[in-house]
Amino acid sequence: MASDATAVTHNSEPSYLDYKGKHKGIFAWILSTDHKRIGILYLVALMSWFLVGMTLGVLIRLKLLMPGDFLVGPQTYNAFFTLHGVIMLFIFVIPGIPAVFGNFFLPIMLGAKDVAFPRLNLLSWYLYIIGGALIIAAIFLPGGAPDTGWTFYIPYSVRTSTNMIITLSAVFILGFSSILTGLNFVTTIHRLRAPGMGWFKMPLFSWGLYATGWIQIIVTPIIGITLLLVIIERVFGVGLFDPSLGGDPILFQHLFWIYSHPAVYIMAVPAMGVISEIIPTFSQRTIFGYKFIAYSSLAIAVFGSLVWAHHMFAVGMSDTGEFVFSLLTFLVAIPSAVKVFNWTATLYKGSISLDPPMLYALAFIFLFTIGGLTGIIQGALSVDIHLTDTYFIVGHIHYVVFGTAGFGIFAALHYWLPKMIGKMYNIKKAKAAFWVIFVGFNILYFPFFILGWLGMPRRSYNYLPEYQVYHVIATVGSWIMVAGILFMLYNLLRSVFSGEKVTARNLWGGETLEWTVPTPPPLENYEEIPNVVDGPYEYKQNDIVEEV
Amino acid sequence: MSTQEHTAAAHVHRDDIGSRMGMWLFLFTELVLFGGLFFMYSVYRYLHHQDFYIAARSMNVFIGTTNTVILLTSSLTIALSIVAMQNGKKILSLILQGTTVIFGLVFLVNKYFEWMAEIHHGNFPGSPELLSQPPGHILFFGLYYVMTGLHGLHVIIGMVIIMIMMRFTMKDVITPDQTVKLEAAGLYWHLVDIIWIFLFPLFYLIT
Repeated sequence: MASDATAVTHNSEPSYLDYKGKHKGIFAWILSTDHKRIGILYLVALMSWFLVGMTLGVLIRLKLLMPGDFLVGPQTYNAFFTLHGVIMLFIFVIPGIPAVFGNFFLPIMLGAKDVAFPRLNLLSWYLYIIGGALIIAAIFLPGGAPDTGWTFYIPYSVRTSTNMIITLSAVFILGFSSILTGLNFVTTIHRLRAPGMGWFKMPLFSWGLYATGWIQIIVTPIIGITLLLVIIERVFGVGLFDPSLGGDPILFQHLFWIYSHPAVYIMAVPAMGVISEIIPTFSQRTIFGYKFIAYSSLAIAVFGSLVWAHHMFAVGMSDTGEFVFSLLTFLVAIPSAVKVFNWTATLYKGSISLDPPMLYALAFIFLFTIGGLTGIIQGALSVDIHLTDTYFIVGHIHYVVFGTAGFGIFAALHYWLPKMIGKMYNIKKAKAAFWVIFVGFNILYFPFFILGWLGMPRRSYNYLPEYQVYHVIATVGSWIMVAGILFMLYNLLRSVFSGEKVTARNLWGGETLEWTVPTPPPLENYEEIPNVVDGPYEYKQNDIVEEV
Repeated sequence: MSTQEHTAAAHVHRDDIGSRMGMWLFLFTELVLFGGLFFMYSVYRYLHHQDFYIAARSMNVFIGTTNTVILLTSSLTIALSIVAMQNGKKILSLILQGTTVIFGLVFLVNKYFEWMAEIHHGNFPGSPELLSQPPGHILFFGLYYVMTGLHGLHVIIGMVIIMIMMRFTMKDVITPDQTVKLEAAGLYWHLVDIIWIFLFPLFYLIT
């Protein structure tokens, strides 16, 4: 992005990593209100939890190698898939991109020195850590790890003797953390854009975070009150969800999905923002249809908030209700497809360089397309009756959630981590790791669609022998993918400790503001707030194309 | 603008409009939190409207009305405390903030006696008297305890916030031209008020 202040370079200011504040050692980090340090704090916590969640996933797959009793008992297996879901969704992908890369790069991309509420930002990190600590407590305290599945469906979540109250409180607190982050970002985007940066001169990543912030603010309180009600049910037995006392358990499902469906967009929309940054940078072209991508983020936020009951087609609803929710579900496909079309149109005639971030971004488009289209299949009422509660759903959510949010995080890591720490990873190894992950991913999750189509129920401990071949393929895929992920993490970690130092400001030829500040950025990002003149993605390449 | 001025400005970063915006967004999340409960109330009232109608008759309208008056007056006192502070009358503002806290306390004391009376009549979750009633009756009292309980929790939080504001006022963190914190606390108190404005007719007046 062209701006008249980018040339100002005083290396007098130390980077945020070297800055000496009033606190020493670890306190210089955990008491810092610097958005960049908080981003790194989130990154460390997030990736640690990712490893826990991944280990649980591997254990689930390992058990499913064999039908019947194998490796672990049914109760442990239930705890495995519950914790895998709770950790991966509420602790890994929902905070995911906004908490790490949003915190680090949103103020820089807007030309600001920090977020609007820096102390609130640190508080939301603490709430995140407390939420995670409570999950650990729920696993190890007497009573046993939660076994309801991540959806906490009534009535089992009231009846089970496992540590539900702690788990529900943990998710409640994580939700609070998520709300504070969203509120902070929305205010930041409204108030702290650099002079000259109108709404449509913002990088698309900020648009993604803006839409996400609103979803977080609008729907997260709903899961808060719902989980609070389950806690109240467990403690006092008020009966609001208990049919014997007049309550309606289906109402719980409505309230749960009013949050949990839009939560998918809390995961996916920021990831789409990341992809909208990476694609133009690595094809050196202006993004195609900037406004359409920006508006489609908002459209996804709006439509996505109105489709929750498509999770409940088989639960019991009026025909009119099912029809309306099915129709709205199809409508979400439009803004999603707008994005995919615009990304591919940006690639057209671009000078594409297949660096690791670009590979992840392209894989994102591929996986998101499969995930999105299988979502359309389930949105059709008659088909959904056959597919509901089968492995088809499990395949769909892994393609959508892991394929978008997960690959979005990997893409963002490869794109921005060198900028964040001033060290470059090994590009060759990163590419190799990518291919292993990508191949493993498809071997692991694609058989789920076939299994689901054949009728294999989700969350089942046992299965019929004819399903075994697909389970074995998937389990082998999980080994390949995990090997790839570990290799990727090793490569990134190695770069943190002994990577080649980079000081170039613009590592990939990006045109957004974060590439105009020193690497790694100084404490206050800018000595002088830049005055933004042009929109983002004004690549030189385009001028040449126009001249020809 | 010179670099020095900017660095100085960054250290005393102040954006009152931004702060107010953040507060309004937060209040919005609070409304949605209660919105989940109002949603349940409307569904269950629709399903059991007759039971709800009859159950509401056993509520003590006198205490409910008293509490409404108390809470509305406390909203006035907190609003006046902001105006007083803006006009530089620190002591008056402190007195008005203190009055708001006392009103909140009186509200909670009334609420305590009201709950105790209901519990005394056997109208509490899981009591044999309540379980012998029709489902709508059980749900009415379930919602009554959950909604007024959560509201009461917000009254307590609001009181704590205003007490912190009193401390800020004494320490001159809040000054006549730096009232945004007090305004935010006032907004929170108005939220507590407005939720009660909806709870009052839903539980006491529709009989």
